[in-house]
Amino acid sequence: MGYKSFDEINEKIKKGKAVVVTAEEVINITKEKGVKKAAEEIDVVTTGTFGPMCSSGVFINFGHSEPPIKMNRIWLNDVPAYAGIAAVDAYLGATEMSDSKGMEYGGAHVIEDLVSDRDIRLYAESYGTDCYPRKEISTIINRNNVNQIYMYNPRNAYQNYPAATNMSDRIIYTYMGTLLPKGANITYSTSGELSPLLNDPEYRTIGIGTRVFIGGTQGYVAWEGTQHNPGQKRGENKVPVSLAGTLALVGDLRGMNQRFVRAAVYEKYGVSLFVGIGIPIPILDEDILIKTAIKNSDIYTDIFDKSGNEGVVGKVSYEQLRSGFVEMNGRKIPTAPLSSLKTAREIAGILKQQIERGEFLISQPVQTLPMNNNINKLDVRP
Amino acid sequence: MNKIKVTMYFRANELTMPLTYHLVKDYDLKLNILHADISLNKVGKLVVDITGTDENIKEGLDFVKQKGVEYKIFNKSIIWKEGECVHCGACTAVCPSGALAMDKDTWELTFYRDKCLVCGLCVKACPLKVMTLADNGNGS
Repeated sequence: MGYKSFDEINEKIKKGKAVVVTAEEVINITKEKGVKKAAEEIDVVTTGTFGPMCSSGVFINFGHSEPPIKMNRIWLNDVPAYAGIAAVDAYLGATEMSDSKGMEYGGAHVIEDLVSDRDIRLYAESYGTDCYPRKEISTIINRNNVNQIYMYNPRNAYQNYPAATNMSDRIIYTYMGTLLPKGANITYSTSGELSPLLNDPEYRTIGIGTRVFIGGTQGYVAWEGTQHNPGQKRGENKVPVSLAGTLALVGDLRGMNQRFVRAAVYEKYGVSLFVGIGIPIPILDEDILIKTAIKNSDIYTDIFDKSGNEGVVGKVSYEQLRSGFVEMNGRKIPTAPLSSLKTAREIAGILKQQIERGEFLISQPVQTLPMNNNINKLDVRP
Repeated sequence: MNKIKVTMYFRANELTMPLTYHLVKDYDLKLNILHADISLNKVGKLVVDITGTDENIKEGLDFVKQKGVEYKIFNKSIIWKEGECVHCGACTAVCPSGALAMDKDTWELTFYRDKCLVCGLCVKACPLKVMTLADNGNGS
């Protein structure tokens, strides 16, 4: 087939003539039409995911008050925000907890409240300087009256995530949900065949600068995500078999929609944030199409013992996880999802529509993501 | 006609009498067994929906008590704030009766209230806090 360029695909999008399908739809289309024909016809495949992503947060520049303050301790609805940057800049992390309410209300809840256009109490303290004399401020902010507010998530959209179980004798409470004793349940968090980085396993089209759907608005890939681990073992289809690539994403909070930004609390663990992400994959050639046609039965992950006792206790395909049961040691163990496939589908559908209507253009990465760095462990030294 | 949900607790040596048979036959009650954990020489538990007239239910339960079986009527129920649910499925990991399950086509959460044991595990397991335990009097 002829090679399509990003520009050619964008020209079609602008004319409203691009052929766009979701990463679920592409599976059958490829099966029916064959790789060659499908790759010629399809211009863009859309992906989606909506799961808890702890490594998320917002940068806020509050704007300067009169007289001005150099905020060095900041609380938003009693949730501490990081103030160790310039005078009225702050970073509020999703997992931060309220000083008064603990994990019942955290950074993620403030973020969801901001996205919902609710007012937030800002309280900040300072030691006062010659140029910033004010020592204390208490006021009301919202996403419209602050100077700038944008989401910057250091790690989102994990490419493959191990399923979790608990081999110990007691119930444990984790970020993978409540895990019953003696391996009585398995939880997993993925949109599988619809998930962004599983559809572009070697990061051929998703890289720095890629325009994405984030939280209901258009944002960008800012960098590789933290713990980006492309060196993970891969199957014949190049898809990693456990934790691998990640993305750092950025997007303007003012355009976001509460449907796709939701605070979560995991019992006895803490606060997290559901973030809705969708990434378009331009079908530049047959190889890219083949990769987007991946099915849940072709994606494998580890089953990890979250009690810390046994490590990896099994391997499983996403199709098995979705079936509701996994066979382990002759037992049928029930499985439960933690990320919303329903909302992931909705996101892939919205993105498809936006591209069809010419409202969302694809972008060529200005730099591809690293393909071979590995993870360093933290040594504990005296 | 009224319908209540009851948990009965059997002591280890109380398995000699067909209790449910008598409730059906003598008190004209419809029993729907939701959960049973009864074995020889062990403390047992039976969770049932009981449908019947108020009078028959009362007399049936008196009979149960008279036979030395302790029981507890469920006076709470689980309220699912469906509109705020993101359908992630975390609650289905802990639901012991299958009352909370994912629809395998739409991947929406479905709540089969009849199967609910009102154990409350989903209330804690729900990350969005859309499951609450409410007194029946205060309504669903």
